[in-house]
Amino acid sequence: MLRLPRFALERPRTVAEAVALLADPDREALLVAGGTDLLPNMKHGLFEPDVLVSLEDVDELRAVEVDADGWLSIGAMTTLADVAADERVVARAPALAQAVSLISGPQLRTMGTLGGNVMLDTRCQWYNQTYFWRKSLGFCLKKDGTVCHVVAGGRKCVAAASNDSAPALMSLSALVDVEGPEGRRTLPVDDLWLADGIWNKKLGKGEVLVRVRVPPQAAGHRGAYGKLRDRGSIDFPLLGVAARLDVGDDGAVADADLVAVALAARPVRVRGARERLVGARPGEASFREAVEAVADEAHRRLTPLENVPGDAEYRAAMVPVYVRRTLLAAAEGAGPVHHL
Amino acid sequence: MRRMRSLRLKVNGDEVEVGAPDHWTLLEVLRYRLGLIGSKQGCDKGDCGACTVLVDGAPVLSCLTLAALAEGREVTTIEGLMPAHVARGGAGADPVQDAFDRCGALQCGFCQPGMMLSARALLDRTPFPTREEIQQALAGNLCRCTGYTQIFQAVEQVAAEAAGIEPAEPTWATYREAGQQPSPRARGVKGEDA
Repeated sequence: MLRLPRFALERPRTVAEAVALLADPDREALLVAGGTDLLPNMKHGLFEPDVLVSLEDVDELRAVEVDADGWLSIGAMTTLADVAADERVVARAPALAQAVSLISGPQLRTMGTLGGNVMLDTRCQWYNQTYFWRKSLGFCLKKDGTVCHVVAGGRKCVAAASNDSAPALMSLSALVDVEGPEGRRTLPVDDLWLADGIWNKKLGKGEVLVRVRVPPQAAGHRGAYGKLRDRGSIDFPLLGVAARLDVGDDGAVADADLVAVALAARPVRVRGARERLVGARPGEASFREAVEAVADEAHRRLTPLENVPGDAEYRAAMVPVYVRRTLLAAAEGAGPVHHL
Repeated sequence: MRRMRSLRLKVNGDEVEVGAPDHWTLLEVLRYRLGLIGSKQGCDKGDCGACTVLVDGAPVLSCLTLAALAEGREVTTIEGLMPAHVARGGAGADPVQDAFDRCGALQCGFCQPGMMLSARALLDRTPFPTREEIQQALAGNLCRCTGYTQIFQAVEQVAAEAAGIEPAEPTWATYREAGQQPSPRARGVKGEDA
């Protein structure tokens, strides 16, 4: 059995109270949302806070709303199951609904939250292990050690961003609202990430993710998410691909985006995808050719490391496959691309 | 730092008060304070589903639920399935338990409490699920013995009996009642049909 280390549990009722608890200089505090990732990590000795600040009772974090301007707002504590099933999310942000529907298994989607997935710790096969396992190898760069087992001689942690929601939100140009000791601020989800596996978010200490906001999409918006994982029932991604295609009135792609996750410390946008896809017409040969060109480009640019489980060569070979299938699924208004 | 709390929980319809420190999980309270050892401690980190319990009717993993956060919620463990069925006017075990028994939907039995609670939650929500819906609903419960086929058949058996029809696929129980050996297909063995 795996015991949790000792801590004191605090249950604030407002975001301001949570921020105040995080700011306490005498006690190291961590936020916990659904706890489905933090608690296993704590059982592995990866985090040992004095205080866990549960956001369970902060009701203002749970709402899903569409405002008068068509912005979709999802509170950070909305459960993954609720996000995936919400018709407003399915209609306005199909890639997000698909990505969230593939996070983990049913029980963990009942417990886990969208905010928790956005703020997910990076993952590595040398890190997400028990204390005994990690100690036996002399620990690693990300936690307790000085050596990287992924990149020989590596000085920078390359643990992988493994949150399925992140590429989907990036493809949708979403914003995140955060609240800290200095008050509230808003930043594009694109700007949330650092290329540092030890901690890959740009949030300041004591800042709380309040909600994500998805702007109204173009009339011809189509999105899809593709996910490769070991067991179709439960695992973190070995590769995740979010695609957006905005098809204009003339039937040609007016705008497009492609973002991948579980490769590097931050989600990665596939550069050149937009240029190749714009102007192509889904259903015609030009689109198929553009998709092939994007798949080849992604294959060249995206190079998986031996950071998450799964052979890196296999994952590299799957990059063009999942890029192709996800773009074709988006064009058809289908998806997610996934195996059971 | 170490702080004991007095927790007021509602477990299987009973109001109980237990003392536990903040870092105890719901699973630890159920097993080591309340003696409800039907919920299994498997991987203890959210992979296997053996610790699944229902909280307000939804399946959650008790190994990753802080006990204090279960206050004010209705917790149902495997021990509570039969009493709840009887309280609703049924006789004997919950139909899910009964069907698992008759369909041979277990070998070692370790995954079974969690599996049956996930199945119960599915049937409460969707009384007549498709095979795919059953697979999706049980995706978070790992079984290392059965290969899942008899488990899916057991859930289908519950739905079929509730509707008063024969299940789409003959189950182990059908053959046993007829005094026959099940075919390889009914046992879930592929490619051996005569």
